[in-house]
Order: sequence, then structure tokens, then C-alpha cells
Amino acid sequence: MIEQRFDAIVVGAGPSGNAAAYTMATAGLKVLQLERGEYPGSKNVQGAILYASALEKIIPDFRDDAPLERHVIEQRLWTMDDASHVGVHYRSSDFNEERPNRYTILRAQFDKWFSRRVRDAGAILLCETTVTELLRDPAGRVIGVRTDRDGGTAFADIVVLGEGVNGLVGQRSGLRPELKPDNVALAVKEMHFLPRETIESRFNLKQDEGVVIEAMGTITAGMTGTAFLYTNQESISIGIGCLVSDFAENQQTPYGLLEAFKNHPSIKPLLENAECKEYVAHLIPEGGYNAIPELYGDGWIVVGDAGQFVNAVHREGSNLAMTTGRIAGETIVALKQRHQAMSKANLAEYRRRLDETFVMKDLKKYRKIPAFLHRNKQIFGLYPKLFAGAAQTWLRVDGIDKRTKEKEILKSFRKGRTLPGLIGDAFNFARSWR
Amino acid sequence: MTMIAKAGTAEAGSAGIKVADKLFQNRYLVDAGRPHIKVRPHDKPSKALLSLTHTCPAGCYSLNDTGQVEISVDGCVECGTCRVVTAKTGEIEWNYPRGGFGVLFKFG
Repeated sequence: MIEQRFDAIVVGAGPSGNAAAYTMATAGLKVLQLERGEYPGSKNVQGAILYASALEKIIPDFRDDAPLERHVIEQRLWTMDDASHVGVHYRSSDFNEERPNRYTILRAQFDKWFSRRVRDAGAILLCETTVTELLRDPAGRVIGVRTDRDGGTAFADIVVLGEGVNGLVGQRSGLRPELKPDNVALAVKEMHFLPRETIESRFNLKQDEGVVIEAMGTITAGMTGTAFLYTNQESISIGIGCLVSDFAENQQTPYGLLEAFKNHPSIKPLLENAECKEYVAHLIPEGGYNAIPELYGDGWIVVGDAGQFVNAVHREGSNLAMTTGRIAGETIVALKQRHQAMSKANLAEYRRRLDETFVMKDLKKYRKIPAFLHRNKQIFGLYPKLFAGAAQTWLRVDGIDKRTKEKEILKSFRKGRTLPGLIGDAFNFARSWR
Repeated sequence: MTMIAKAGTAEAGSAGIKVADKLFQNRYLVDAGRPHIKVRPHDKPSKALLSLTHTCPAGCYSLNDTGQVEISVDGCVECGTCRVVTAKTGEIEWNYPRGGFGVLFKFG
């Protein structure tokens, strides 16, 4: 394949692999990056929201030429029953700033752009090349990779595994276990196209302003999951995802759920006359802190989704991917500059550096949340119904006095969940959250 | 090796949603004769394997007349759900398609 020896081989050209490759190439390291898709992004899926701060630390001037869709000025959080939604919205003109904080993006286009910058920094990229196994020396140290490009091999001091949630290379090399069905969500998404003026009038937007909707409730048919709708320039990304274990135990199809969500009376008018141009599916690691595998060893290091770096509560993933990729890259560069080996002992610096960032701090804070959400399905079915019922009782003016309405609402909660149940849920939620 | 835009035979149970209509929009480069996922020969599928007939987001899995689960990988979006669901039973063999083959997301 390529007979040369490299300082580092990066497996995968998504946000984590690109961040690592860019960081190392910029520092002058010889970097080979391998991507199984026809082009970077061709196998990658995300909602997608780009969090500027993580990318700014890698490419400060990214706004000059990155393919950004809309900057987010409004976030809507909805709990839904079959006929309604109860929402908390936050919209602020403060988000119309010179350097906006969050953008919607289309990953296939964004990843292509990021990869261009990685190559401009000096990394060599080979696409249409699937890594099939890690190569080790007799002492067990990882020294390179074998690919399906005529069985070609490549050698380096370190292999950075940014291979995504389906990280077969690391898994089959025994670096980490197979994903557990209750630690991973399956999300499906469609891209619906509309004229930009239509999107702007439907969502009350000007120019490049954007809205994101995150929703939960009866739309996931009792399963642990959420749905979303993001506005792009000329399209709407709409999707829904639930734990794989829940899908396996229920009779729901992912596309059936998505179709029902699209036809919900709160969503349907937003998509009217739109043309669907793509249907995608992807896994999301949602096991959190407790599911993080071994992150490094002799000659290898893991970044991004392959390391379970997703904050499911806040729907953050690509920023964790870029940050872990950058920090892995910085650690490798530092070891290189100090002429230190890429050994397990030396790479422990990666974990120490990560512990100082929001990545580990947030995942640690929410370490009990995945299990809580998995065990407490009432969050996704019962409560949204109770909220919707309460809102309707309270808002409908029908000659019934307000005190009676209050009692009726309280009664519905007690009947639905019992008083000890309500207190227990509040207690358990608070304990998982802190 | 041909470009195709067909796939998926399964239908959503109650909703009657044809997933094939959704996959029709997607671009694939099919590695003809080299399916990247195989169902191992079996007499009776486990509950996990059977669940793939509704869990697979591309409707690739179906039940044949004699009660075995079959796969048609043409519409596969390479999510990995089937591998995760059957990891314990080991009833399927899952690999990435060869470099460059398989689904090609335009928007992702």
C-alpha cells in the first residue's frame, strides 16, 4: 500500500479522526488517515448540530469557509402526547452574534470540508480503504494496520482509532467489548427539502437564523428515546431514536416511529410539501461514563464515538469527538517532542488531560442517568401524558372553577403514578442528575 | 458492481410504511456477490434474530416460508444494530463492506 513509515495512522475521517489528524499534521507529524467511505462523510450521520467552541480550539477561523447551515437562535424542548405538545422554548437575539455558538450542519458536506483542511495541513488521506486488523509486534504492541486494499499494510508509532460507534477494528482486536443493546440507541433520520423562505416563515426566522426542536413522549411508544427536528438552509433534518434493547423487545419499526412522528399534529404542518431526499440510520453510544472502554494501550488510542464519548442528556457528541481527537493529537505530539514512546504508561497522559475537560466532567456528572432513563419508562410515556392533560385542564375555559381544576390535575398525577411514585421519581431523578 | 437504488422488502406492521420507498432516495454502490452481512444457517431463529425483521431500519431482514430469517443487504445503511442485537447468539456475521462500497450518504 504505502511503504512509508508514519508517526501516526488515524482510522476514520469523522470529527474525532479529523481533529486528531489535523492536530498532529499541524505540529509536523507524518500522518496517514484511512477512511472506508468513498469520501469523508459518506458513511457518517449526525442530527446535526455543530458546537463552535470545540472546533474553534482546532480551527479558529472555521467560519470563513466551513459549510454551515443556520446558527441556532431558538431551542424548543417538547414533551408530547398523541395530540399535543407541552414546550419550553428559549429564543434570544443574543445568539445573533459575530461568532455564533451553535450551527446546524450537514455532516457529509461538513466532513468533506474538515478533511480538506486536514489534508491542507499535510496529512495523507486514503479513502475507500477499510482497516481490517491491527498489526502487533511479538510483545503485543500495536505497530500498524492491515487494510482491504490488496491486503496492504501501513506502519506507525501509534494508531488513533476514530472508527466510530461500530468500531470493529478495536473490538475485534480485543481492545474493547461489543456494544450492549441497552448502551446504544438506534436513530433514523430523513432530510426534507423546502425553499429557504418557506423554512424562514414557518419557523419565524430571518436570514441564517435557525431553530432546533428536541422532543420526547408518546412518540417513542413507551421506549427510552427522543426525537428531533433541526432547520437547515433549505432543508429540515427530522429524526427519532430509541435504545436498541427497547427496539428489540418491542414490535415497533424505526421507520414506523419516524413516520408517526412526522404525522404528529404538532410536526406535520412544519413539513408540509417538503421533498424527502435521504433516509439514514445510525447508532449512538448512550451508555455514558460507565460504558467508556479502555482508551489507550501500547501503540493505540481511542477517540470519539468509538470511546463512547456522547453526552446523551444534552445531545452532544461531535464536540466530544473533536475534543477527544484534539487532545489525543496533542498528547501524541507532546510525547513525540519529548522523544517518549507511545506506550500505555506514557499515553495515560491522554486520560489525565481529558479528565480536566468538560468531556469527562460532564460524562461523570451524568453517569447515573443512562440507567435511570432505561429503568424509568414512565418518563417517556406517562409523564408527557400527564403534562398534556394538566395543560389542557388548566387552559380550557369551561365554567369549572380553578380550585376544582387544580384538584383534578393533582388527582391525575396521583392516580397515574401514586404519591410515593411521584416522590420517588423526583428523588431518583435528582440523585442521578447531580 | 452496479449503482442501484432499490432495497428493502419488509413493511412496517401496523403503519404499513414501506421502507423501500424511503431507501429509494439513497445512493448505494453494491458489491455484487459479496454481501457484508450473512445470517448463519439455522433451523429456528432466536428471539433476537427474529426481532431483526422489525428492528432493522432498512428492512433488510425477513422471514422465509420455512421459518428462517433471511437477509438482503442491498438497502443496508450500515448502522450495526443487527450485530449488536445478535452479539450474544452469534447468528449473524457482520463486516464493513469493502472500501468504497455500500451506502453513500449525500447529506448524512
